[in-house]
Amino acid sequence: MSVSTTLVIVMAVLYAAGVFAMLERSLTRVLIGFLLLGNATNLLLLISMGFPGVSPFYGAEGTSDPLPQALMLTAIVITFAVSAFLLALIYRSWQLGEADTVFDDEEDVSLRVRAEETEDALDVEEESAETGDEETTDFTDGVVSPITAAYDLNRGEEPTP
Amino acid sequence: MIAILVVFGIASIVLVPLARILRARVFYAAALVPIAGLVHALALGPRVAEGDIPFEAYSWFGPLGVDLSMRMDTLAWVMTIIVTAVGALVMIYCRNYFRGSKEGVGRFAGVLMGFAGAMYGLVLTDDLIVLVMFWEITSVLSYLLIGHTYNRAASRRAALQALLTTTLGGLVMFVGAVILTVVAGTTSIDAILTDPPAGALVNSALVCLLIGALSKSAIFPFHYWLPGAMAAPTPVSAYLHAAAMVKAGIYLLARFAPAFAEAAPWRPILVTLGIFTMLLGGLQALREVDLKRVLAYGTVSQLGFISVIVGFGTRDTALAGLSLVVAHAMFKAALFLIVGIIDRQLGTRDIDKLSGVGRQAPTLMIVSIIVAASMAGVPPLFGFVAKEAALTSLFDEATAGSAWAGTALVGIVIGSMLTTGYAIRFVWGAFARKKTAEGRVCQDTSWPDPPIGFMISPIALAAATLVAGIAAPVVGGMLEPYADLAGEGHYHLALWHGLEPALGMSALALGLGVVVFWLSIRTGWDRKKRLLGFQATDVYYIVTRAVDRLAVFITGRTQTGSLPIYVGTIFVVLVGAEAAVLLSGGDWAFSLDAWQHPAQPIAALLMIIAGIVAVRAQKRYTGVVLVSVTGLGMVTLFAFLGAPDLAVTQVLVESVTLVAFTLVLRRIPSRMGSHNGSGHPVLRAVIGIAVGATMAAIAVVAAGARIHEPVSTEWAELAYQIGHGKNVVNVALVDLRGWDTMGELSVLVLAATGVASLVFVTARADRLVETREKLKHQIPGRARRAARRRPLVETPDGLRVEPTAQRSGQRAWLVGGTTLVSESRSMILEVIVRILFHTIIVISIYLLFAGHNLPGGGFAGGLVAGLALVMRYVAGGRYELGIAAPTDAGRLLGFGLLLAVGTAAAPMIMGLNPLTRAVWEAEIPVIGHIEFVSSTFFDIGVYLVVIGLVLDVLRALGSEVDRQITEGRATEGARP
Repeated sequence: MSVSTTLVIVMAVLYAAGVFAMLERSLTRVLIGFLLLGNATNLLLLISMGFPGVSPFYGAEGTSDPLPQALMLTAIVITFAVSAFLLALIYRSWQLGEADTVFDDEEDVSLRVRAEETEDALDVEEESAETGDEETTDFTDGVVSPITAAYDLNRGEEPTP
Repeated sequence: MIAILVVFGIASIVLVPLARILRARVFYAAALVPIAGLVHALALGPRVAEGDIPFEAYSWFGPLGVDLSMRMDTLAWVMTIIVTAVGALVMIYCRNYFRGSKEGVGRFAGVLMGFAGAMYGLVLTDDLIVLVMFWEITSVLSYLLIGHTYNRAASRRAALQALLTTTLGGLVMFVGAVILTVVAGTTSIDAILTDPPAGALVNSALVCLLIGALSKSAIFPFHYWLPGAMAAPTPVSAYLHAAAMVKAGIYLLARFAPAFAEAAPWRPILVTLGIFTMLLGGLQALREVDLKRVLAYGTVSQLGFISVIVGFGTRDTALAGLSLVVAHAMFKAALFLIVGIIDRQLGTRDIDKLSGVGRQAPTLMIVSIIVAASMAGVPPLFGFVAKEAALTSLFDEATAGSAWAGTALVGIVIGSMLTTGYAIRFVWGAFARKKTAEGRVCQDTSWPDPPIGFMISPIALAAATLVAGIAAPVVGGMLEPYADLAGEGHYHLALWHGLEPALGMSALALGLGVVVFWLSIRTGWDRKKRLLGFQATDVYYIVTRAVDRLAVFITGRTQTGSLPIYVGTIFVVLVGAEAAVLLSGGDWAFSLDAWQHPAQPIAALLMIIAGIVAVRAQKRYTGVVLVSVTGLGMVTLFAFLGAPDLAVTQVLVESVTLVAFTLVLRRIPSRMGSHNGSGHPVLRAVIGIAVGATMAAIAVVAAGARIHEPVSTEWAELAYQIGHGKNVVNVALVDLRGWDTMGELSVLVLAATGVASLVFVTARADRLVETREKLKHQIPGRARRAARRRPLVETPDGLRVEPTAQRSGQRAWLVGGTTLVSESRSMILEVIVRILFHTIIVISIYLLFAGHNLPGGGFAGGLVAGLALVMRYVAGGRYELGIAAPTDAGRLLGFGLLLAVGTAAAPMIMGLNPLTRAVWEAEIPVIGHIEFVSSTFFDIGVYLVVIGLVLDVLRALGSEVDRQITEGRATEGARP
C-alpha cells in the first residue's frame, strides 16, 4: 500500500508540536498539545486509509476505505469530549488558584520524608512483637479465670449444663 | 463427599451469627459437622478396604479439564478420619477453653470450621489444581487463626510470617503442579500416579512440589514459622500444627512418594533436610522454657522424622510412615490440648512457675504420661508400634544396600533419643515438683480442678493411642492397601516381632534419651545461649525489611510528582520500544508517493505552519485559533479524500471547541506568561521530534507491510443487504461496529458529567429541580397543576415558572432586551438567530434521519443542533438559552444512552445477539416503498447524547460562569 509523503510529514510535525506542548506545566498549553495530538492521530488513521477514492456509498466504484473513517469519526468526537473536560479543569484550576499550572504533587514529594517515619514505625512494631513473643500464656490480659465445676455459678452466668 | 464439603462451607458462615446467641456453646454445634464427616467416612470404610473406591466428580473448568473430584482411597480415608476426628475433639474442647470469652468466638468458630472444610477437601480431592487451591485456602485461613488476637503485635507478626512462608511455598508448588499436569496431560492425581511421567522437566516439577510440601510442614529451612505460630490460641495449635495444616505437606509426600520416590532429586532432598530438621528441632526443644514451645520444636522434629519415612517410597516405609502420621496426630494433639488446660487454669505455661501440679491433677498427669510415652516410643502404645515399623523398614533398606536409608537410620536413632529427652522434659516441666537452685523444694502452684468436660478430648486421644497400640495388627490391616501401592513387602504392624535390631535401637534410644535429659538439667545446658548468633527467623526478617526498603527507595526515585516528567517518561518509553522493534526488524518494504491529491500539499503547508506557531504563541487565544486552523486543514483533507461525513463532523467540532474555549477565556488572562514553570525547551523539543519521527516511521512501515485484503471491501454489500443503508460509514458506526459507538457514548456522558461537576461543584444541574420544588410553594394551590407543565425561565429575579400572562403573547420576542446590558447586545445577531433557530433544528433532524443513505448521521445532526443552541446563547445570554433548551442536560444524556442501550438489548430478549437490527418495510400509496431500520433508534440515542454534551458545556462554561462573574462583581461591589 502506498502512502503519501506529504501526509506523513504533516503528521510527524503535528506529533512533534503536540508532544512539545504537552510537556508543559500550563494546562492551556497541555490542551493545545492534546488537540494537536488528536489531529495527528487522525492523520495516522487517514494515512492508513490508503489511496483516496470517492466517498464510500453503496454502488460507487473505487471508494475510499470506510473502516478508518468510522474510527476517525469516533476519535474526533471523543477528542472533543476530552477537550471540553480539560477546559473545565482549566477553569476550575483558575478558580481555585488564580493559575492554571500543575505544580508538583506534594504527597509524592513528601514520600521520601515519610519513608523514614515508616522505618521507625516498623522498628517499634518489631520491638513490641519481640517482647510479646516472650509471653508464656495465651491469656495476655492478665486475667486468670480457671474453669472449675463451680465456674458458671460463681460468675453468675448461665447455669452449668 | 462434595455435599459434606459444601456443608462445611455453609456452616462456617452460619456459625458467626449463631455464636452471638450461643456464645461458647456454639462449638458443640460446630462439632456436629466434622462428626458427620467422620461417620460418613467410617461408613465407607469397608468399601474402601475392599478396593471399591468411592469417586465423585463435578466438572468445573471445562476447557482446562479441572474438575472438583473427590476420591477416597485408603490414604485419603485415613487422613479424612484424622482431620474430622481431631477436628471434632478440638471443637468440643474449645467450648470450655473459650468459656467466658466476650468476643471473637464467632469469628474463631467460623474460621476454624472453614479450615476443617478446606482440609477435608484437600485430602479427598483427586484433581491436582483443586488440591493447590485448597492448599492456599488453608494458608489464608491459618493466617486468620494464628492472628486471632489481632491486637497483639506478636500474633500479627507470627501470622504474617506463616502466611508469607507457606504461600511462597504454595506458589512454587503451583508451578510444579502445572508442569506436571502439562507433561502428564491430565489434572487427575490418580491418572498421574498410575502412569508416572519421567524426565528432567518432571524432576524440576517434583522439586517445586517438594518445596511446597516442605514449607507447609515446617522442614528446614522453612521451619521457623512453626514456633512463632505458637502465638495462636492453643486449640489452633492442637488442630493446625498437630493434625491438620502441617499434615497437608506430609499428605502430599505420601501421595507422590510411591510413584516418584525413585526420581533423582526426591530422596536426597528429603532425607538430608528431614534428618537435619529432626535433630535441630530436638536440640532446641530441650532448651525451651515455655511448654508450648517445647511442643512446637518437638513438632518440628517429629515432622522431619515423618517426612523422611513417608517420603522414602518403599512399601514398608510407606506403611510405617502412614502409621507414624496417625500416631503423631493422636499424641501431639493431646499434648497441645493438655498445655491448653494448664494455661487456662493457671495462666502460665512457664516451666519455672509450675511446681507440684502432678499431685493435684493425677488424671491429667496420667494422660500426659501416656501420650508423652507414645511420642517417645514406649510399648504398648501406638507410637512405639509406628516407630518400630519405621526402624525395621529402614534397617531392611540399609542392609539391602541403600546408603540413604543408612544415613536416615542413624539420624533417626539420634533423633529418637532427643525425642525421649524432650518428652520427659515436658512431663517433668509440667507436673514435677521442682527444686530451686539451692536445693529447696518449691512451693506448690495451687491447681483448680477443671470439670471433666474440659479434659474429655485429651483423654479420648490418649485412650485411642492405647487401644490402637494394643490392636496394632487390626490398624495395620486397614493401612496396608495404601502401602501396597508402593510395591512389594511383607511387614505387618504388631506389638511384638521378636528380638530384632529395631527393638534394640528403640531401647537404646529410650535409655540414652533419659540420660540426655538428666544431663541437660544437671549441667544447666538447657539454659545456655544459642550456639550460633542467628536463627532462620533472622533471615526472614532481613529479607522482608530489605524488600520494604527497596520499595520505598524505588518509589521515592520514580514517583517525583511532576506531571511533565510522567508524561515525558511515557513518550520516551514509546519511542524506545518502537525504535527497538523498528531497528531490530527485518527488511521493511515501503512505497511512497509524493502526494496523492493536489489538495494535500496545500493543506499540509497550512497545517505545518499553524501547528508550529500555535505552540510558540504567547497569547492563549492565538494558540487555540491556530490549532483550529490545523483542524480546518483536516477538514479540507477529509473533503477531498472521499470522507464527507468526517469533514462535516470535524468542522462542527472545531466550531464548538472554539466557542467552548472562548467561554473559558473570559475568566483567564489572555497572556500565558513566559512558559511558566517548565524549562528545558531543548529536551522537550528533542522528545517531540523523536516522537514525530517514530510515528512517521511506524506509519510508513506498517502501511508497507500490508499483505491482506482490507476487511472493509465487503462492507458496501453488507451495509446495503444487512444494514439497509447506503452510507457505509454511518451503517458501520451504528450497526456493523455498534459497540465502538456504545463505548464512545459512555465517554461522552462521562465527560459531560465531569464538566458539570467541575464547574457547578455542588450540584449537577443548575438546580432546576430543586428550584421547581421551592417555587411550587409560592404558587397558589389551584394554579399548581398547570404550573407543573410550564417551563422554568430565568428572570432577573432568579428562576421562575413562566407565568401565564407572558404566555398569552405579551412576552418580549427577544429576551435580551430585559436581561442584557445594552453594550453587549447586537440586535442583528439576536434577530437573525431567533429566526434561523428552528430552521437549523429542522436541518439537524434531517441530517439525523438522512444519514443512513446520504452524508449525515447522528453525530453531525447532534452537533448542528448543539451549534444552534450555541448561537442562541451567544446572541441572548443565559436566559435565552434557558428558554431555548429548558430540559436538563442530564436528562437528555440519560435518555439518549437509554435508547442506545435499549437498541442493543432488545434483540437479546428475542434470543438474538445484541445490536441485531430489525427492518420494517411498508408500501405507502403516493410516497412509495418505505423502510425503517431499528438502528435509527441507536442513531437517535447518539443524537440526543451529543446535544446533551453540548448543552452541558454551554450550561457549565457559559451560564454558570456568567453567574459566577456577576456574583463576583456583586460581592466586589459590596465591599467598600
